[in-house]
Amino acid sequence: MNFWVTQTFNGISYGALLFLLSSGLSLIFGVMRIVNLSHGSYFLLGGYVALTVIRATGSWLLAIPLSALSIGVVGLLMERLFLRRLGFDALRQVLLTIGFALLFQQAALDLWGGESRTIAVPPVLGQSAQLFGLYFPMYRVFMIGLVAVVGSILWWTIETTRFGAIIRATVDDAQMARGVGVDTSRVSMAVFALGASLAALGGVIGGGFTGIYPGLDFEVLPLAFAVVIIGGMGSLRGALVGSLIVGLMDNFGKALFPELAYFTLYAPMALILAVKPSGLFGRD
Amino acid sequence: MAATARTKLLLVAAMLIALAAVAPIANSFVLLLLTKTLVFGILAMSADLLLGYTGLATMGHAAYLAVGAYFTAILAERYSIGLGCDFFAVLAAGTLLGAAVAALFGLIAMRSTGVYFLMITLALGMVVWGLAYRWNSLTRGDNGINIAHRPTCGVAFSDPIAYYYVVFTAFVLVLGGLYVLVNSPFGRSLVGIRESEVRMRILGYNTWLHKYLIFVIAGACGGFAGVLWAYLNRIVSPEDAILTTSVDALLMVILGGPGTLVGAAIGAGVVLFLREYLSTQVTWWQYVLGIVYILTIYYLPEGLIGLPGYLRGLHRTKGRPTPAAEPSP
Amino acid sequence: MGANLKQRVKASIGLAAAIAMGATFGAGQRSAAAEELRIGFLAPFTGGFAQNGEDMKNGFNMYLEEVHSDFAGAKVTIIFEDEQAKPPVAVTKAQKLIDQDKVQFIMGGVLASTGYALAPVSTRNQLAYVMPVSAADDLTQRERTNFPYVVRTGWTGSQTTHALGQWACDQGMKRVGIVAADYAFGYESAGGFQTAFEDCGGKVVQKIWPPLGTKDFGPFLTQIRGDVDAVFTVMVGPMSPQFPAQYAAAGFKKPLIGQGTSADEFSLPFMGDDAIGHVTALQYSAALETPRNTAFVKKYRSLYGKVPSYYSETNYTTAQWIHEVMKKTGGKWPGTKEFVRMMEATQLADTVRGPVRLDDMGSPIQNVYIRRVEKKQMFGFPNAELWNTVIKTYPNTSQFWTYKKDEYLKKPLYSRDFPACKYCE
Repeated sequence: MNFWVTQTFNGISYGALLFLLSSGLSLIFGVMRIVNLSHGSYFLLGGYVALTVIRATGSWLLAIPLSALSIGVVGLLMERLFLRRLGFDALRQVLLTIGFALLFQQAALDLWGGESRTIAVPPVLGQSAQLFGLYFPMYRVFMIGLVAVVGSILWWTIETTRFGAIIRATVDDAQMARGVGVDTSRVSMAVFALGASLAALGGVIGGGFTGIYPGLDFEVLPLAFAVVIIGGMGSLRGALVGSLIVGLMDNFGKALFPELAYFTLYAPMALILAVKPSGLFGRD
Repeated sequence: MAATARTKLLLVAAMLIALAAVAPIANSFVLLLLTKTLVFGILAMSADLLLGYTGLATMGHAAYLAVGAYFTAILAERYSIGLGCDFFAVLAAGTLLGAAVAALFGLIAMRSTGVYFLMITLALGMVVWGLAYRWNSLTRGDNGINIAHRPTCGVAFSDPIAYYYVVFTAFVLVLGGLYVLVNSPFGRSLVGIRESEVRMRILGYNTWLHKYLIFVIAGACGGFAGVLWAYLNRIVSPEDAILTTSVDALLMVILGGPGTLVGAAIGAGVVLFLREYLSTQVTWWQYVLGIVYILTIYYLPEGLIGLPGYLRGLHRTKGRPTPAAEPSP
Repeated sequence: MGANLKQRVKASIGLAAAIAMGATFGAGQRSAAAEELRIGFLAPFTGGFAQNGEDMKNGFNMYLEEVHSDFAGAKVTIIFEDEQAKPPVAVTKAQKLIDQDKVQFIMGGVLASTGYALAPVSTRNQLAYVMPVSAADDLTQRERTNFPYVVRTGWTGSQTTHALGQWACDQGMKRVGIVAADYAFGYESAGGFQTAFEDCGGKVVQKIWPPLGTKDFGPFLTQIRGDVDAVFTVMVGPMSPQFPAQYAAAGFKKPLIGQGTSADEFSLPFMGDDAIGHVTALQYSAALETPRNTAFVKKYRSLYGKVPSYYSETNYTTAQWIHEVMKKTGGKWPGTKEFVRMMEATQLADTVRGPVRLDDMGSPIQNVYIRRVEKKQMFGFPNAELWNTVIKTYPNTSQFWTYKKDEYLKKPLYSRDFPACKYCE
């Protein structure tokens, strides 16, 4: 019994981290049809910026918004100055985002060095709560809580506000949206910046859990894509469900079938896609 | 236009002759890089079949390279097969193995298109990597398998020049074969599928079968390249199946020029030289690589193979129009 | 600038770069002068292991600077190449160093796969390959005959963990669970521990193998048994700081012991206080209070801003080792075979890590230190930091521990399934 409770809890907390990582990617794809291969870089950079902020100010709390904002600006600039000119040419976007991913990777190495860093979280979050003889690390609880809040804010924004309606319209049919007067290029810019911020937020929060180190950018990228593909592109609900599925499947898979630990992510992904090619909640 | 097509053929022939002639006089490091370029060029060209000609971007192509390479290594080291003139038999078998794996993976992958296809091929590629890593009894895991000797068939392939010519011949054969393929009715219908699959289906083509066949053919070429790759490096490790190797193949195609075959080989050359030659000169080579990608995107939408056209365009008074954005289909 | 001009400038730069590259193709074919020592050094300088490569380079360079790049009259020219932690690249770069730069021997490599890639290159080209870091056991064991020119100046994975197994018995531990990264180095390290521990009366009751690069240890932590005296870990890279933190957060209190990489100086500065008390085994500790190490640590820190890890120490000591050999030849390169023989014959009594010499398989016999992580001030540095305090030394430890070489080699290489988990329940 303990095993199932703990594993479910772990799976959900891992899923929370994945949601931060992948929700931005899903939105970006939904609005812009861009496969952003530098998304992992935003995650990594968010973590590195947080390290610098913490070293300069000693405040972890301050690092969170500062990282998210600064990387959001990076994303905004990248979209405005570079991506916009490519229209919808998917191939060239792939090359462009990889080019940037390489530049970011090298720059991160030059700026922050190559060691594996950890983001020091406030001591209160380093504790564990004990319930019914089981340990629940506070940091995992925090991740779940934070994602619940962030997810709700995103949901509320997208479902109830005008801006959200504009985003939904652009996801559904960009041409029609333009036809009714929506400035889709500004929407793209805003969503790309938002996506980058979410990834950076993931990096700050996730970094306290996974550590921040060179190569993390390309390690998390397949995870993000697994979530978005399983859940379906362009759908926030899909990102949430996908994150939970991947988080739980990965956790239980590794615990129950340790021999297959390297496959617990990819094999189910391949299978789900073989059955439902556009993901669980996806629309093409 | 016949004139331009003939010019292109002449240019390719000239390049091939140059490559053949340079072997005895090039310094050994350059020769090694050229050999690598040709082998990886075969892989990249087969990726171009999928990406450039059929419009299917694949992120798991290294899987076939790895399959061919591990096959070769296991045969050589465990059973001493392939070290003589049976090398050519191994080459054929490796190709068939690549085709078989692609036939299996194709059944799973062919249900998706676009970015989903990209992701599913990524997943399948990573499954192969995971197998290479974990199936220690077969693959020795991350230690990799060492191949002690290159084959000897008449000449010793351990001589770098001899092996270069073996690889070069293989490259020319594959290039020629694929050229015939893409210019055949089958090849043309692939381009039709790339442009509009719906239209092709309405016209009565079995598009699924077409895509599946080209996927298998590309896998076969990957396996072929894998055999050559194993004997080139004389070490096979899970690195050969990892995501970044697949991404390399994709990048080489896009950089060189999708849909041109030769472009993929040129892309292979540029990436390998930048990465392995430039890195011996400077430490900031990764910035150069990234910037080359970005510049190519903006100024050379058809890839590096469009460079002559671009340079010609600079001479016109009005300058080149900026590449137009195409709406998604 | 008009669009046209900008495009033209860019194209011209591209063309010029291409021409420049072409022009350098034939260059660099100087033959080595009699009193010159040309060394080819391969390490990753980009990618996930870039910092390890950097540490290696710094360690070697620090020694070179101390002797003004002069090894007993031979002028040392060292050429660093980035092998990007990819075996095919390592092979290519090694070939370049040998053919184009005419180095007299090659050294370096971090990963086991690099070691396995470069060893045959050394055999093919009849060139010595000095390995300061790669810990792959078999390169100097069952594969030795294939690679006669390989000289290992670092360590083997099981060399340190054999000693830890003995230490665990001596502490009265009877039951230990193993959590080791699922790859060759993990198997070899765990195998060494299990063999020695079970031979002195202990029992390994569990073996868990998280994949290399695991970020979330959740699924593995739930499997760890509570009825053990300690948990033995083999963690590398980013796993090293994360595992103790997640272990503690999950409520585990049993002591953590492990392979040196689980808490080595490379990761220690970035580990939190949950690492305190972690016991590991390695042939070096930055907290060794010998005069030689004290000077080394202080100088390294002032030059490079960090406490040296074993990556730096082993390259520094290797440089010293090569220097000792060159002293005996009066600065003349003795040729590959003689060089290997002399490296094996040279015993260093006073290095940063202590006394060290090679066995007849080309692998070091040295002290293995059992270290415990403590937070304190050392060497006059201002703040209290995490250090690996040495609590026990096992001198003259070879790669075979106390076993006879021939019997040891008859057994298979440590793998996931060997030794078998007899007491696993």
